[in-house]
Amino acid sequence: MKKKENILAVRKVTYAVVAAVIALIYFGAAYITEFKMSEGIAAFPGAFLWIAENLMPDEQAISRIPKILSKLLETTLLSVAVTVFAAVCAFLFSLLGTRTTKINPIIGKAVRIVAAFFRNVPDVVWAMLLMFSFGQNILTGFLALFFTTFGLLTRAFIETIDEVSSSCVEALNATGANFIQCVFQGIIPSSLTGIVSWVLYMIETNIRSSTLIGMLTATGIGYLFDMYYKMLQFPSAGLIVLFMVILVIVIEGISNKIRRVIM
Amino acid sequence: MDMAIQLTGIEKSRNGKIRVRAKSKSNTAIKLLIFVLLAISVIALLTFDYKDIDLGKAIADTFANIKTVFLAPKLSRGTLADILYQLLVTFCLGALSTVFGMILAFFCSLLCAQNIADKRIANVVKSIVAFVRAVPTVLWVLIFAISAGLGSVAAVLGLTFHSFAYLTKVYAEAIEEIDSGTIEALRASGAGFWQIITQAILPSSLSYMVAWTFMRFEINFTNAVAMGAAAGAGGIGFNLFMAGSFYFDLREMGALTYIVVIAVVLLEMLSTKIKSKAK
Repeated sequence: MKKKENILAVRKVTYAVVAAVIALIYFGAAYITEFKMSEGIAAFPGAFLWIAENLMPDEQAISRIPKILSKLLETTLLSVAVTVFAAVCAFLFSLLGTRTTKINPIIGKAVRIVAAFFRNVPDVVWAMLLMFSFGQNILTGFLALFFTTFGLLTRAFIETIDEVSSSCVEALNATGANFIQCVFQGIIPSSLTGIVSWVLYMIETNIRSSTLIGMLTATGIGYLFDMYYKMLQFPSAGLIVLFMVILVIVIEGISNKIRRVIM
Repeated sequence: MDMAIQLTGIEKSRNGKIRVRAKSKSNTAIKLLIFVLLAISVIALLTFDYKDIDLGKAIADTFANIKTVFLAPKLSRGTLADILYQLLVTFCLGALSTVFGMILAFFCSLLCAQNIADKRIANVVKSIVAFVRAVPTVLWVLIFAISAGLGSVAAVLGLTFHSFAYLTKVYAEAIEEIDSGTIEALRASGAGFWQIITQAILPSSLSYMVAWTFMRFEINFTNAVAMGAAAGAGGIGFNLFMAGSFYFDLREMGALTYIVVIAVVLLEMLSTKIKSKAK
């Protein structure tokens, strides 16, 4: 009986501590960023009114549908292409970095550091850096997304391979298989579902981030939204949001279906 | 051929070799998927409008710029203390939106976890969450900026929306993993809704939730940097944007990038630690 009370008391203390920490973070952060709760709450009705008003496209917005759709298609193609190329590079790179293949511990360490570098330099920085040399070109967005995707996928693939393939590669090694045989008969078959799942996830993420990159590099759907937004043509901007939502939900639906089949 | 399979039980390919890998639905699906993705990528690269770019010069320039940014960083506008304060602002933007997202997500996940919620309400909440998640963060920030003006309020609300949708999904999954027997036992003994939450759901999924929330904080931090750059939300992202797109100061950009990268790496290390403890 006494022990039970103890558990309950400990729980109460835990909840109190968690609540206090949250409150502390809130007040500290609100002070530093000059965030006012009242303004935040006041902004809600306006934002939802905006959505409600502008989800109904006007004539001008309807006449722009073909242009919006072609940019949206471009964004989708871009995201898929970036993810696929980054995945191919990241897979080859992660073979050098896993403990499973035991190529060389120093190379492995180096691969991890390079991946961490590409992953942690914000895509915003890559976008602005590439703007200087590539200008307002689709390649600017392509490369900016490529670098971050490459870094992220390398880490993800290394973790997947280490987790799934190490035992079967060990067995293959014992039977005298060489490196190529280990990769094709051990690593690829065992980690393929995990890798494909990551690729699908990155395609979804990249569609969302390409909007942001588009705004910075003046390309694609992000630029179109930014332009309509700054010209205060909100129905057209609202239409882009609507199409974007449909696109992302469709892609999410497709990849969930695929995941269910392959898992 | 059919007879042969029946007799031996071994599947053989057309040229008589024994099949090593079984044909299965998932194997075919993966092969098909990889083929489709590769085809889309090739089509994409062939149809893009490259506007006659001089690729050789662009690549050479890129390498030169990368060299300047990462090998010769130098802060020329503002002292290190100023920049670190801006980093703190970004950090706080991320923290605020994580806290708000977390609180909203907690209540919404109670409404949409399959084992405790009403089915109809769960479906409504899930569709709302799917909608919120589908809109990119930067668009949420700009939508809120229409009524709140560009600044920290719009940034925090925009970041909150996306984290809320993400965390709702994660929390609901955590709650769904709880043994249904625990909840049933509490219900049978007459526990109310809140008692079930504080005595069954929170104790068993709190550490998991904390780990995911911290991971979301990491994402919110990088997003806050991006929002500073793309939506004028303040913090170090804004400094980056000014250095890159206004002053064209590559060396300043390099210094700011290093500061951001160090912050992100530290957060990542902390997050890994929290995650391994939560398991």
